[in-house]
Order: sequence, then structure tokens, then C-alpha cells
Amino acid sequence: MASVKLNAPSSHWIGGGRSLNRRFAFRTEIPRAVTIRAGSYTEELLQTAKSIASPGRGILAIDESNATCGKRLASIGLDNTEANRQAYRQLLLTTSGLGEYISGAILFEETLYQSTIDGTKFVDCLRGENIVPGIKVDKGLVPLPGSNNESWCQGFDGLASRCAEYYKQGARFAKWRTVVSIPCGPSALAVKEAAWGLARYAAIAQDNGLVPIVEPEILLDGDHAIERTLEVAENVWAEVFFYLAQNNVVFEGILLKPSMVTPGAEHKEKASPETIAKYTLTMLKRRVPPAVPGIMFLSGGQSEVEATLNLNAMNQSPNPWHVSFSYARALQNTVLKTWKGQPENVETAQKALLIRAKANSMAQLGRYSAEGENDEAKKGMFQKGYTY
Amino acid sequence: MASATILKSAFLPKRSEWAAATRSSVGRPATAMSLTVRAGSYSDELVKTAKTVASPGRGILAMDESNATCGKRLASIGLENTEANRQAYRTLLVSVPGLGQYISGAILFEETLYQSTTEGKKIVDVLVSQNIVPGIKVDKGLVPLAGSNDESWCQGLDGLASRCASYYQQGARFAKWRTVISIPNGPSALAVKEAAWGLARYAAIAQDNGLVPIVEPEILLDGEHGIDRTFEVALKVWAEVFFYLAENNVLFEGILLKPSMVTPGAESKEKATPEQVAEYTLKLLHRRIPPAVPGIMFLSGGQSEVEATQNLNAMNQSTNPWHISFSYARALQNTCLKTWGGRPENVKAAQEVLLARAAANSLAQLGKYTGEGESAESKKGMYVKNYSY
Repeated sequence: MASVKLNAPSSHWIGGGRSLNRRFAFRTEIPRAVTIRAGSYTEELLQTAKSIASPGRGILAIDESNATCGKRLASIGLDNTEANRQAYRQLLLTTSGLGEYISGAILFEETLYQSTIDGTKFVDCLRGENIVPGIKVDKGLVPLPGSNNESWCQGFDGLASRCAEYYKQGARFAKWRTVVSIPCGPSALAVKEAAWGLARYAAIAQDNGLVPIVEPEILLDGDHAIERTLEVAENVWAEVFFYLAQNNVVFEGILLKPSMVTPGAEHKEKASPETIAKYTLTMLKRRVPPAVPGIMFLSGGQSEVEATLNLNAMNQSPNPWHVSFSYARALQNTVLKTWKGQPENVETAQKALLIRAKANSMAQLGRYSAEGENDEAKKGMFQKGYTY
Repeated sequence: MASATILKSAFLPKRSEWAAATRSSVGRPATAMSLTVRAGSYSDELVKTAKTVASPGRGILAMDESNATCGKRLASIGLENTEANRQAYRTLLVSVPGLGQYISGAILFEETLYQSTTEGKKIVDVLVSQNIVPGIKVDKGLVPLAGSNDESWCQGLDGLASRCASYYQQGARFAKWRTVISIPNGPSALAVKEAAWGLARYAAIAQDNGLVPIVEPEILLDGEHGIDRTFEVALKVWAEVFFYLAENNVLFEGILLKPSMVTPGAESKEKATPEQVAEYTLKLLHRRIPPAVPGIMFLSGGQSEVEATQNLNAMNQSTNPWHISFSYARALQNTCLKTWGGRPENVKAAQEVLLARAAANSLAQLGKYTGEGESAESKKGMYVKNYSY
């Protein structure tokens, strides 16, 4: 028994004085030799993460809050009622064959508990298609005092029990979106808060059986050059990973949802997909350990076609992690415009969704070609000061 | 708009804008490594050197023992610790015909960097002609860390920049800095932070002066702890190292790592097979090492020559996102030294032994080592409790 001579308080030791308490602690056998935190869900988390990060597949993000969903419905002349939200989500989630291209779907809380018109739970629809149900668990952005008009993401209070409930309902992954603004600095404070918040959320999610998607969105707003985005992204991800490690998050059981490294939306030069791929892959190689199974990019205002082209460019050679998509607007835009709220358009709208999902599936495999893409799909969706 | 109470220093620096401004005003040619936000003049060369050292089937010969430590080696074969003897021994090592087939870099001590062989050829020139990149130890050794639990920290930042610049002029192209972590002593959060921060500062200064930094936080073998404890400590150490490297804007494509493998402590009742060592060590690497890092060159730290080779081999049974190789001192030199015994008539045999050891580790780097024909000497463990290097 090693006798450790101490001349400093035990709280200063790495590992919290475990070596001191060896006599008293009942060492439970950790079955998997390389799992340090013997969480009960570890095996399942790894399986879920791998399943979502499967070749040729990505995530359909449909976790718009009721308010944001209202904006989508308004854009096609519909009222923001529960019935309309249900009808829209039903259209998406009952698309036959969707599971060939979509491995996970992020839901808003209301949707997690909703069913189709004829009473089939949405989570069951998803399971039937081999699509893992996921759930947004954050409580939105609010102003960060002491910062330069920046935001922070709420959601810790009751997060553990919320996650446990969602798990019972069938969710197997979670999502938490915080933002970083380059025009506002970003301040060291905002970055630290964003990173620390993500790490705490991730640990709590894993503890309750949900694979955390880690999403620090570096907003497109601004006139900065791509080099500046790279610099900020490197800073943000360095801090995120350091805090994830400090919180003992199991890296094999998380997914990332970064923004691609692009120039700001108001920058004079646009970057080609090849340039975006080069900068983004450089950032990933410098910051993301290979234990992370999947990196599912957000589209953040890019047009449907841009988002697909950029993803395709990133998959022209093998990567140490699955590089894929988790798109909301870039998968839904044309679908929404095709549906227009009319039942007779549902089938065509669902076909449009499959077209978009398949295009991104091909992009994940690095085999996408933009032939036959229509104009709607090429329309940019950036909105200055966009609140999600 | 920015509130007047916010200090400018509280914002993430816009190095890319300073760098762009400097570039245009000084008329510096655009580097191929345009994705370097720190417009360092050596970036391209650093990346190239690191790639060369991390080439398939090759690894590093560490021969940077300080004069005092070299004295111990010489004493073990009955030789006095004179400059002539040190020169004779280092001449033997660097002149091994064909060594460059298996060895991509050699770490030297300062004396050796400025020495010539017994035939009057500069040692750096001999190495370069062998296609071996010369490297140099730049730290100034371990001293007690005040406020810790009898732990150490590594000195050497004073004058480091000019030291590195001089070494570059002399022909060195990579540097090495070794700090240690002791599990029986905690390790304390203080010792880990100091080790990690020291490495990050050194790495930034080395790169600034043209040397690829080898980043070496050695988690000492000493202790009774099991492999899980080593794993836990290693995870914490490397998380902190990489965070500080990032904060110091070190170019990850231009560094090399020199970790200790994840094993049980030397006095642990547990023994681990090469497969177990590989499993734990690879898991550590997958969790902590971004793929931008070109090479991970393991230290042997007291393992026998054969153990060190077997463990490396086990880690290379499938493809890795980084070059996984060796940077061995004792595990390459031990049998060679014993074979030489200080006698000129034994030089050839000793050189053959070194070449064979290098070849074995080359095979291990490729995952093809079989262990046939190993001698008893090469299986001898070299762990020394409380070993001071």
C-alpha cells in the first residue's frame, strides 16, 4: 500500500484522493477495462453514437421550438397551432424509406410526446425506420451579463431528471445549442461559458442515457475572413474539449455539431466548397481526437445545395471520424415550400425530403453531383441576426 | 456596441489580422501552410521535418544523456566519464552503416551537437549523411517543485529562444524537453499544470526558432498502481497538455509527442501483456491526440529492449491516425553498450547489435515484428527505482 506523504490538501490531487481512500472504497469491477467512469449507460451510449454515425447517413434536425416552428408555418401561410405543427412533423416523420439516409432525428419536447393523426407515436415511427430519436434539452439563449452583448445557453436546472424522462419516452440522444458571435468579440468570457456549459450538459446527458450532441455554433453573421473563423473555431474547440475531459465525458459516446469554417456572411469574398473543406478539416484535425465517432455539421443559413456541396467536399478522402450532416433548414426548406400546408401535396413534399436526404447521403460518401438540383434548393437562407 | 467597461484584453486575439498586416508590410512570401494563423517563418520546414521523422518503418534514437548520465552508462562497462570516452561511444552509435534505414532522428546532448567523431567529422554531418535528422535536448533538467508533494518541475525557459536559434544554426532541426509526473506522489494538480504549461511554452519557443518540439511528459513507471490508475492520470495530463499547446498557438502539424506507454506501475502485482498495454495506450491516444499531430514516438522508460519492441508492435496491428513509433534510449543502446565494453575490437559487433535492435523496432513500427532470435541480454528489464535520468 503506497504511503503518500501529503503536504497539501487532498482536494488538490488529481483523481480526488482516490489513492488515499483505497482502503475504504469498495472497488467495483469495471467490466470494460478501458472505461474509467463506470456509468451504467456507457455501452449503450457507444452503440447509439456509432449507429448515428453510420456511413451514408446523417441527422434530420426538426427540433424547432414552437415559436420558431411558427415562423416556418407562417412562411407558407399557416397558423402556429399544435395541429399544424403535428401535421408538419407527421409529414416528415412518416416519410417511407427515410431511414436509408437519416440515422437520427432531433425533436422538440412537444414532438417527442406527440403521435400521428391515427395515433402512432412519433418515436415509434422513427424506430420503425431505424432512426434514433433525439431531443433538444437546452432552454434557449439569453443575454450574458458582463459580455459584449453576447449570449449564453440556459438549461441546467432539472436537466438530469428531464433527460431521464426523455430516455423513458424513447429518446437516445440529446442536443444543446449555444452560440459564439465573432462580431461581438467573441469575449473570452462568452467562449468559456459556452464551453463549460456544453461540458456540464454532456456529462449530465450521458449519466442519464442520452448521447450528447455538442453544438457551439459560431454564427455566420459578420464580415470577417475565413482565417478569422478558423482562429475562433480553434479557440472554441480547444476549450470545449478541455472541459469535456475535466467533466469525464466519454468521448466515444458523444457527437459534435460544429459550424463549418467559412467567411462571415457579409464578407466580400465567398469561399468555394474546396476552400471550406480545407479550412474545416484542418480545424477538425487540430482539435478533434479520433475517439469521437461522428461530426454532424450544422447548415446555419447555407442554401440546401451549398450545404450539400460543402459536405461532399469534406468527404473526398477518408477521415478519422464520420463527417456528416445534422441539417434543419437545409433539409426542410424545399419540403416546406412544396407542402404549403395542403394534404394533396404531402406525397410530393415527402419525395422532396427524400431527394434532399439522399443528396446529403451521397455527400457523406463523397459521391454527390449537383446535377438536377432546382432553384429553390439553391436559395440561400442566411438571415442577419437570425434567432433560432 | 462594446461597453466601455470591457477591457480590450478580454477578447480573443485577432492574430490572423496582425499576421495578415505583417505579411503585407514586410513582403513576406505567402507560405504554403497558409492555414497557419501564426505567420511563423519556419512553419513549412517544421511540418516537413516532423513528417520526415515520422516516416514509416522509422523512429528515433535517443542519445541525449547528460554528461552525468552518460557517465553512469560508461561506468557500467568499466569506463571513466571522460569527453574522449563519450566521444568514442557517440561515434560508435552515429557511424553504424545503414542506420538511417531504421532511424529517422537522433536526439543529442549539447556537447555532442558540437562534437566531431574520433575521425574528425562533425557528428551532425555524419547524421545528415545517414539521412537522420539531428535533434537536441534543450531542457535544463528537473528540480524540486515548491508547494508540491516532493514532485519535480523542468527548468530551461531562460534563454531558450537564443539557445534554440544557435542549435538551429549548428544543424539541429528538432528539440526535446522531458518533464516527469509521479503517480505515487499524487500527482498533484500543481505538478501536472506546471508540467503541461512548461511543455507548451517550450514548444512555442522551439517552433519560433525552427525546431520541431518533441513534447515529453513522462509518467514515471515507479509505483504500485494498476494500469487503470495510469490510464486515468495519463488522460488528465494529456488533456491539459493539449489545451495549453492550443493556448500557446503551437502548430500541431509541427510537433511530435514522446509519451510513456500506459502500463501498470513497476511495483504493481499486475503484469500487463503487450496486447493490454496496446489497448490502454491506443485508447488514451484516441481520446486525447488530434490527428494533426504527425508522430507519436514512445519512450521506453525502463522496459527491456524486447518488451519495448513487443509493446510497440502490438500498437501497430492496425492502421492509426498518426505514426506510432519509438524514441528509445536504453531500449536501443543497452545490448550495444554491453557488447562494446569500451573495446575498439568490439565496435563492429556493437554496431551490428544496434542495427539489429533498430531493425526490430522498425518492424514493430510496421506491426511486423516476430521476436525470433532475440538474445537474453535484450530481454533484461532496465527499470531502476527512483531512476534519475
